[in-house]
Amino acid sequence: MNEKYYVCTGCALLCDDIEIECDGYRISGVNSACRKGVARMKGCQDPLACSISGQKADIDAAIKEAAEILTNADNPLIFGLGNSTIEAQKKAIEVARRVHAYIDDTSSFCQGPVIEAILNGQIRSCTLDEVRHQADVIIYWGADPANSHPRHLSKYSYFPRGKERQRGWEEDRTAIAIDVRHSDTAEICKDHFYQIPPQADRELIDALTSALSGKVPKVSFGMESKKILELASILKKAQFGTIFVGLGLVYSLSDMEPLIKLMDKLNEVSNFHLVPMVGQYNMRGADQPMFNETGYINRVHFDTDPTGADVTRHGPECSAVELLRSGEVDAALVIGSDPMGSLPRSIAEHLLHIPVINIDPCKTQTSRNAAVTIPCALGGVESGGSAIRMDGVQVELPVILKSDRLSDMEIFDRILEVL
Amino acid sequence: MTGAMEIYQLLPKTNCKECGRSTCMAFAAALLSRDAVVDDCPILKEEKYRDNYENLTKIVSPVGNASETGMIVHEELCTGCGNCVVACPVNVAEDPYGAGAGKTPTNDKVILRVEDGIVRISNVEDCRRFGENKILCSGCIVTCPTKAIEFI
Ligand code: SF4
Ligand code: SF4
Ligand code: SF4
Ligand code: SF4
Repeated sequence: MNEKYYVCTGCALLCDDIEIECDGYRISGVNSACRKGVARMKGCQDPLACSISGQKADIDAAIKEAAEILTNADNPLIFGLGNSTIEAQKKAIEVARRVHAYIDDTSSFCQGPVIEAILNGQIRSCTLDEVRHQADVIIYWGADPANSHPRHLSKYSYFPRGKERQRGWEEDRTAIAIDVRHSDTAEICKDHFYQIPPQADRELIDALTSALSGKVPKVSFGMESKKILELASILKKAQFGTIFVGLGLVYSLSDMEPLIKLMDKLNEVSNFHLVPMVGQYNMRGADQPMFNETGYINRVHFDTDPTGADVTRHGPECSAVELLRSGEVDAALVIGSDPMGSLPRSIAEHLLHIPVINIDPCKTQTSRNAAVTIPCALGGVESGGSAIRMDGVQVELPVILKSDRLSDMEIFDRILEVL
Repeated sequence: MTGAMEIYQLLPKTNCKECGRSTCMAFAAALLSRDAVVDDCPILKEEKYRDNYENLTKIVSPVGNASETGMIVHEELCTGCGNCVVACPVNVAEDPYGAGAGKTPTNDKVILRVEDGIVRISNVEDCRRFGENKILCSGCIVTCPTKAIEFI
């Protein structure tokens, strides 16, 4: 057996027990990663080339051009960062400060509100290792890890045996799925699947909160009070409960208030924790240095006031989505993200009208129309660094294969030099 | 999992006995237990049954893929999630701190492991469904989110 384990950067579970076989310059075998992770580690089919205005360019020229675009813009935006190491993210913040840019990561339309509530101490969280060793009641709410984080259930949350969960999932753990559809995860939870209509999460949260307070819960959709009381009683009896919050739940709540109330109630009568199902491998990482430096996790504008002094602004108007919608930004640096492919056309369209710098290992919809493209090494494979797992634990990423492409951190470093 | 009734619905239902069975239903049962192959029914080769024939060959995997315990892995369905690896009682007994604890197997005695994103079987003779004291273990079946493991 292999002595050395590597880390998979296929999702924010950052599985740290991956065995790799290499033949020369190529990864030939990947053991224990899921299919999604193997696809990530084996690299992209269509690597990004270095270019300026669609013409092949050398890396020095591309970096110089990128720095120029950022300096010449009045309101540049730096966006993405979920697939970058913490070291690169810190450099990105430095670049943003230097050119007075807006900076935002994908969490602003993702798990941002949940992460913020955890970092502000409003919601109690725990680590995945604690879940493996202790959790007896696990809830997947608006989440389908069987597809989004394939090893979630096997590595941490349901199937493995842990210190206080020696008898395994059959006897020691209860897995519950709450979702609008019968997902693959719900299939595994069998009788503990609670189906709700779209946008009904808030109602069920409130109903559960009253059930836990000893009131008779009522909802307007076809779920009987008895069923909700049954669920409440499982939660009440939990020794160590954890709710894994997926985007399904985040998107249906206009604010975190109901969830915070439910968690408070749960911790009055039981022992509960909440962990966001972060997608991109280091999206949680992107929030942390920003929070440490500015007090905000995302949506920051390093602006100047009329006297020319630096001010840090923050707010919904600074989110990438809002900035693109309003057409406020006049240049964008997009790293490790594909807004042209993932955001609604009406919003992403603005990127076609402004100079875009795209840093990515692979070709994407966004790189197709970018003014400058700079290929970077594949994070966690060709370049190392550190990242933060969905539960806030920092994980070191060893290099698997050497590459002559620059890491995303080095690219920011070079941009800073030119600036 | 596919049932005999589901298979029967796709057969010609003429009970012509060409397949060597007395009825189409009997042939369906034989297909299910892999005692027969879809090609044993000549009627299915007729043009009007073409869709049925194709569907049948999809749902009834050829016996060649099965291990000695009758275990079949539908590789195209497997996501490499590792649920079966961690849940299999033999894996847990042989490797409690590796596979049993959710991690990469640390020895060669396990039955199930994930390689290149797909589950692989070894040591099938140790499977609880095998041998003299066999029991109807279903650890790897009920934990699979995509029904990629089947026993025939
Ligand atoms: S679950 Fe995520 S981190 Fe783990 S192997 Fe799969 S893609 Fe990689
Ligand atoms: S040969 Fe085909 S049609 Fe005839 S009895 Fe057998 S299954 Fe039925
Ligand atoms: S049937 Fe049981 S012992 Fe055999 S491979 Fe599946 S889980 Fe393991
Ligand atoms: S549980 Fe199913 S999908 Fe997961 S590794 Fe095993 S066979 Fe593949």
